[in-house]
Amino acid sequence: MKTVAAALAGLSAALLALAGSMVAAEGQRCEVPDYLLFGNNELKHVTEAVKKDRRLTIAVVGTGSSILAGPDGPLSAYPARLEEALKRRLPSVAVKVVTLVRTRMSAEDLARGMAKLLVDEKPDLVIWQTGTLDAIRRIEPDDFRAALEEGVETLHKGGADVILMNMQYSPRTDIMIALGPYADNMRVVAQQHEIPLFDRLAIMRHWSDTGAFDLYAAGKDNVLAHRVHDCIGRGIASMIIDAAHLRSVDPKAGQ
Amino acid sequence: MHAPTGRDLRLDFFRGIALWLIFLDHIPSNLVAWGTIRNYGFSDATEIFVFVSGYTAAFVYGKEMRERGFIIAGAHILRRAWQIYVAHVFLFAIYLAEISYVATSFENPLYAEEMNILDFLKQPDVTIVQALLLKFKPSNMDVLPLYIILLLLFPPILWLLQFRSSLALGASVLLYVLTWHFNWNMPSYPSGHWYFNPFAWQLLFVFGAWCALGGAQRLSRVSQSPVTVSIAAAYLLFAFVISLEELIYPIDKVNLDVLRFAHFLALAVLTVRFVPRDWPLLKSWWAWPPIVCGQHSLEIFCLGVFLSFAAHFAMVEVSSAVWVQFVASGVGIVVMVAVAGLLGWYKRAEERSPGSRRRKAPDADLAGGEA
Repeated sequence: MKTVAAALAGLSAALLALAGSMVAAEGQRCEVPDYLLFGNNELKHVTEAVKKDRRLTIAVVGTGSSILAGPDGPLSAYPARLEEALKRRLPSVAVKVVTLVRTRMSAEDLARGMAKLLVDEKPDLVIWQTGTLDAIRRIEPDDFRAALEEGVETLHKGGADVILMNMQYSPRTDIMIALGPYADNMRVVAQQHEIPLFDRLAIMRHWSDTGAFDLYAAGKDNVLAHRVHDCIGRGIASMIIDAAHLRSVDPKAGQ
Repeated sequence: MHAPTGRDLRLDFFRGIALWLIFLDHIPSNLVAWGTIRNYGFSDATEIFVFVSGYTAAFVYGKEMRERGFIIAGAHILRRAWQIYVAHVFLFAIYLAEISYVATSFENPLYAEEMNILDFLKQPDVTIVQALLLKFKPSNMDVLPLYIILLLLFPPILWLLQFRSSLALGASVLLYVLTWHFNWNMPSYPSGHWYFNPFAWQLLFVFGAWCALGGAQRLSRVSQSPVTVSIAAAYLLFAFVISLEELIYPIDKVNLDVLRFAHFLALAVLTVRFVPRDWPLLKSWWAWPPIVCGQHSLEIFCLGVFLSFAAHFAMVEVSSAVWVQFVASGVGIVVMVAVAGLLGWYKRAEERSPGSRRRKAPDADLAGGEA
């Protein structure tokens, strides 16, 4: 029995190593492989805003998975964690993160609001989280892609950089929600428009595979949600600093 | 019409393999599914399944139509469509059970948005009626509605295939082209269209039927020429490299992209070239598990969908460790084989029973079923 268990453990270890994963020790929960965070697509407006004006305005546009419920929800959700991480790592820059989150909105609904957003907030960068509701409602993938393209083009014309953020990895519901075509389309739109994609799906999957977070957990406990959002906020901060070639105080720590 | 006589065990064999792959692909987060063909080319097990089903449907009902006429064969095809409809509704009931369980047992605040999947439970009157109308189709439950439509339309197509086979195939290709040109599809609830567009996927089904009724033989000189085989091999290699790179534009599964269709054709050309009809392995006990599954395809397909729910449930409730994924995948396939074996036993026992008059009816199951 022991040998079987040992063999299975060995097999699983070998497979995990094969998948390019590393076991994250306590305290390194937010660890993300570089290839998931850093690419060749640049954030030129962010670079310029920071260089010229020493300020950076970011708008997070998204749906239910960009907020957390409860009294401490707003401060614990990833937009607030992103703001804190950026302020810590870019102390000489006036960083402001505004959130425009509306639940139960498809990509098309959100895309329609982009023009107004540009006028109201004048963001240097828009982080656009979408896809979950489209997948749940099984919106035509072609329509989804068209909405993404429309939104991204509106933002680019209005002088803002864009980061697309895809869905959460949700192991308990993933047999019921077919994310594949939507995640693929987001990747394609990001490639074609040369914008960074924050691959939340792959990143959270990585955390689940390495055991950093138990995403299968059930229950109303907020601790897990707060920790995951904190890590997402730090991850986006690292992505922005890299893609905009910013000089941060502590390049290693925040990841 | 010189259709090949006798049963081609390769069909059952590859349909059985396709059923296993569909089962593995339906288990989310399953490492074992990395080994399935969808990750190494453009097409996947669905193409094999639809093609073989068209082939067997024409093989069985074509013979019946020649012997007993259009009305009898047509009636049997429609009865088969009804059986598949009942199976689909049965699977929907299992889906409702699973999703209702998740609704009551899982309240992680991290996943508040994902819980919108439960929205449809708020309007059970609308949702259940839409499901019965085949418009509301939860994830992983798209294949059977496609078959139902294909079989409903099959009697006249089969009739035409018997007398003017090239015309029937031409009409199928024309419908495929027009579908692409005009974006035809069937509407879904609450939004969008069918995940497997029947107007596009019919091409593969009709092509399978055409091959069964002598088309394969007519094609054999071209399909088995060294040039075709080399082109097919080169195309598979190209698809393999592209798929590993993961950089290609998403290939349209909804409308059966031409690249997917060509990939399936290339696979078929190489299979026919290197796996002869009288391949000794097909008669050995090694090949029995996939063959027996392929011979009871409707039941085993439904069982596979159910088992993928069960495997997912085990991964959620017990552990998602890699060994659990391997064990769940392995146990699932063993259960599929065991149930298929049991179904075969029932069938043989019924045929032997005195007074059985079933022998004269077309043996849809033994012919691989139509699903």
